[in-house]
Amino acid sequence: MKRVYVNEQWCLGCHLCEYYCAFANSGVNDMVKALKDKDIYPNIQIEEDKDVSFAVSCRHCRDPLCVKSCISGSLSISDGVIKVDQDKCVGCYTCILACPYGAILPSPRGVVQKCELCVDNIGGTPNCVKGCPNAAIVFEER
Amino acid sequence: MKYVIIGNSTAAIGCVEGIRKVDREGKILIISAELHHTYSRPLISYLLMGKTDEQRMKYRPDAFYEENGCETMFGKSVTKISPDKKTVTLDDGSEIAYDKLMVASGSRPFVPPVEGLEKVKNRTSFMTLDDAHSLKAMTGPKTDVMILGAGLIGLKCAECLIGKVKSITVVDMADRILPSILTPEAAAVVQRHLEKYGVKFILSDSAAEFTKDSAKLASGKTVEFDVLVTAVGVRPNTGLVSDAGGKVGKGIYTNEKCETTLKDVYSGGDCTEYYDSALGDVRILAILPNAYMQGLTAGINMAGGEAAFEHAIPMNAIGFYGLHIITAGVYEGESYVKSDGENYKALYFKDNVLKGFILIGDVARAGIYTALIREATPLDSINFDMIKERPQLMAFAKNVRRSRLGEEQ
Amino acid sequence: MPINYIYPDYEVVRDSSRCITCRACERQCANEVHSYDLELKCMVSDSMNCVDCQRCVSLCPTRALKIEKTTNTFKENANWTQSLITDVYRQAESGGMLSTSMGNPNPLPVYWDRMLINASQVTNPSIDPLREPMEIKTFLGRKPEKIRRDENGRIITEMSPQLELNVPIMFSAMSFGSISYNAHESLARAATKLGTLYNTGEGGLHQDFYKYGKNTIVQVASGRFGVHKGYLDAGAAIEIKMGQGAKPGIGGHLPGAKITAEVARTRMIPEGTDAISPAPHHDIYSIEDLRQLVLSLKEATGYKKPVFVKIAAVHNVAAIASGIARSGADVVVIDGFRGGTGSAPTRLRDFVGIPIELALASVDQRLRDEGIRNNVSLVIGGSVRSSADVVKAIALGADAVYIGTGALIALGCHLCRSCHTGKCNWGIATQRPELVKRLNPNVGYQRLVNLVTAWSHEIKEMMGGMGINSIEALRGNRLMLRGVGLTETELRVLGIKYAGEIWS
Repeated sequence: MKRVYVNEQWCLGCHLCEYYCAFANSGVNDMVKALKDKDIYPNIQIEEDKDVSFAVSCRHCRDPLCVKSCISGSLSISDGVIKVDQDKCVGCYTCILACPYGAILPSPRGVVQKCELCVDNIGGTPNCVKGCPNAAIVFEER
Repeated sequence: MKYVIIGNSTAAIGCVEGIRKVDREGKILIISAELHHTYSRPLISYLLMGKTDEQRMKYRPDAFYEENGCETMFGKSVTKISPDKKTVTLDDGSEIAYDKLMVASGSRPFVPPVEGLEKVKNRTSFMTLDDAHSLKAMTGPKTDVMILGAGLIGLKCAECLIGKVKSITVVDMADRILPSILTPEAAAVVQRHLEKYGVKFILSDSAAEFTKDSAKLASGKTVEFDVLVTAVGVRPNTGLVSDAGGKVGKGIYTNEKCETTLKDVYSGGDCTEYYDSALGDVRILAILPNAYMQGLTAGINMAGGEAAFEHAIPMNAIGFYGLHIITAGVYEGESYVKSDGENYKALYFKDNVLKGFILIGDVARAGIYTALIREATPLDSINFDMIKERPQLMAFAKNVRRSRLGEEQ
Repeated sequence: MPINYIYPDYEVVRDSSRCITCRACERQCANEVHSYDLELKCMVSDSMNCVDCQRCVSLCPTRALKIEKTTNTFKENANWTQSLITDVYRQAESGGMLSTSMGNPNPLPVYWDRMLINASQVTNPSIDPLREPMEIKTFLGRKPEKIRRDENGRIITEMSPQLELNVPIMFSAMSFGSISYNAHESLARAATKLGTLYNTGEGGLHQDFYKYGKNTIVQVASGRFGVHKGYLDAGAAIEIKMGQGAKPGIGGHLPGAKITAEVARTRMIPEGTDAISPAPHHDIYSIEDLRQLVLSLKEATGYKKPVFVKIAAVHNVAAIASGIARSGADVVVIDGFRGGTGSAPTRLRDFVGIPIELALASVDQRLRDEGIRNNVSLVIGGSVRSSADVVKAIALGADAVYIGTGALIALGCHLCRSCHTGKCNWGIATQRPELVKRLNPNVGYQRLVNLVTAWSHEIKEMMGGMGINSIEALRGNRLMLRGVGLTETELRVLGIKYAGEIWS
């Protein structure tokens, strides 16, 4: 299955992946309209320290601790993609406790949010990958 | 192959999913005393708060049993396991044969032996959906509620009643709230938060005697109430296994494959005891993620696959009115504590590994800490000063980062 | 505060109605033009430092940025142009030479654009390269004068060493130091994939790139940086650099700031020291001296590798090329005055040397006239900008071309001509690790492959149109060119007819 992989060697720390992610998940078809003067809550986040930076988003583990830990049954795997049903989620954060990558994030709605590989918004190649100017984030079979 | 599962909660569902990873054909029968479609027990407080409803709090979708080829038998209790005959006996006397049996019988609320408890008019525990229904029926804006027990269940109960009842008084014999997961210092942070919402606490005290609407405490104080919630702990349902001759200690004994000492009988969830790798001792860790993973492990093994349940550590994520708390492991060794009033963090480390942590408020990416405990990552292999500041993958060596972010996980 | 005579040439224009304050522009500008104003809660910019490299414009996700030429105007003067006046201010302040980089931007004639290519109509059928074989494979090296036979009458097939190119396009010399490790890797991998060659420049060959040796030309220049036996053995060919089109007659100066540990090791000089290439080779003052170096290099490498000699296109280029063709060299390289550089004095870049088209035509003609054209292959560089330029160069007599600037543009270069500052925002002409990493060679090499592949398709199309199915048949075929807007003299030097004239 194709997943998002990150190579810190090429990450520029430009943070554009975060914006492209927020845009893809905004449900708005214009980036300016979607993001202007708004705080963004992307599902991918850059870690940086001095000259090193890299993006972290859900690894879509084959044997995901988050799904096993979810107390409400709102995290599930669908065709390999780990998804969260935000209507079911009560925001207990057990998945945040469990995820070894720190890839599940509190959402402004009080529940959690995570990368779903853009399957339900733009489809195809995830927007962070499309938006990465240096192919530091790729979408491939490994 | 015929699988019988006693119970219909987390470990049972894990078991079904485990079996179906290996065996798509075998028959699965789920027997449960409760009449409900599988639901998440910890969500009952969220139900009363209106954050979920009975439909959404289902642990698995409506079509779960059908899609997984499960037969269900709700409203029936198993009274006996006969491992020699490989049958279970139901409360109506009928017998059902199994090839592999899963005991996911869970736990029951502990009812404290306090004088006069039976006289209390409005009394409930707070574990099941039915408990939640009763509590809802008993309470209203004029109700004074007394909760016996300041543990996870007692406080989640308190949280969901905030603003819905006249008063909430929580009594616990421990000197602090959430004594099983918080240090005194951390407990104080949470207690202050709950007190802001009007929850009253009487600690280091216990109920000595009840009347129908009041409790006399050991200290001599009296608490009057309309509704009493008992939340002083749970006891594992081990009887079926012990009666059949299986080994039972604090809970049902299981090995890493989740087998009991009875042939072809497996167990998992709150009814079992297991080895806590952080503590280095046997204990009951009645927490949902572990229940699921035990169930899954049992299911895979029952169906002929191979799985092992290891690295069990205590861990909890809980929140009260916007204040999130995540804890894991044990609190021993050296500590690193950082607190700014709103947020609190304590890390405990010993022998070059992280042993436990408490995060209150800012809990972002806590799983990175949990993984350090679970995997017993040597702290000298990471930048511990960096990770102390906040959980981050940056603290790991470059090759570790490369593998975590560049390989299939 | 002193008077500020310099007004920025370019201004950053931000459409604040489109800016989402993602700060990518700020993070991507090594010149620190952009910043976020915490009080105003918006992005602001200081155009003073802007070099118009377009990095921010290219990365802005909402197209909120553009860079405009300033409208701030000195009193108009066709003689004392604004840029000349500004240069005087600069030099009056600094007392130093003006520095610049990349190719000559001035509006001097571009002869490529004044030559037009022929096509077949009716009497000679054109060829469809999608249906018919079309050969653009090129061999570089000395060609035999005549067929030779042994005592048994069998043809002697032994030849001087030849380089086989799948396309008549190579990547010209750009040193590791002037360009980044990642730029080098991109070039090396692209050359390998394409079946052509790239050139180390005079900075030596990084250990990591020895594996691309079969597609590498190793350069020996006046500074002899990084030259040792292993280096000479690593490449498929050796190039002696006598001169460079962008700065004929002078040497090079790579400032110490660019001599990082890796560059130092590769060049075999101490880290942080300036790398100064002398203007001449101190052992070459005549064609005879050059011949000694050519033969020394051949001797050192067992006569297995062709030796190139590269000179800048200067007034006497034809005579010098004739000498080189007699020196034992296998390939003559002529670099025109519009060629690029990582750093050059502005006045030299802009006013020294001659256009490559004229140089090429006169060298090819001279070698033919002297009957020594087959002694050498002829490679030209110095602003070959498109496949049409390649076709015209070959028709004027070149065997192959070098592209440098074009390759860098494929890698993202926007010709801001600020290489000499070492702050290339595209990760090309810089050694700063945080900038170097902006050029991912996995992306870069593919872009180079794409460019050359696209050009070779176009070359084949143009050849087919002319009814030519082999690049051999195009070489020196000036019948295929006609001039427009050229004087009699220009036509004579180029050796072509005016458009509309019939060859008779």
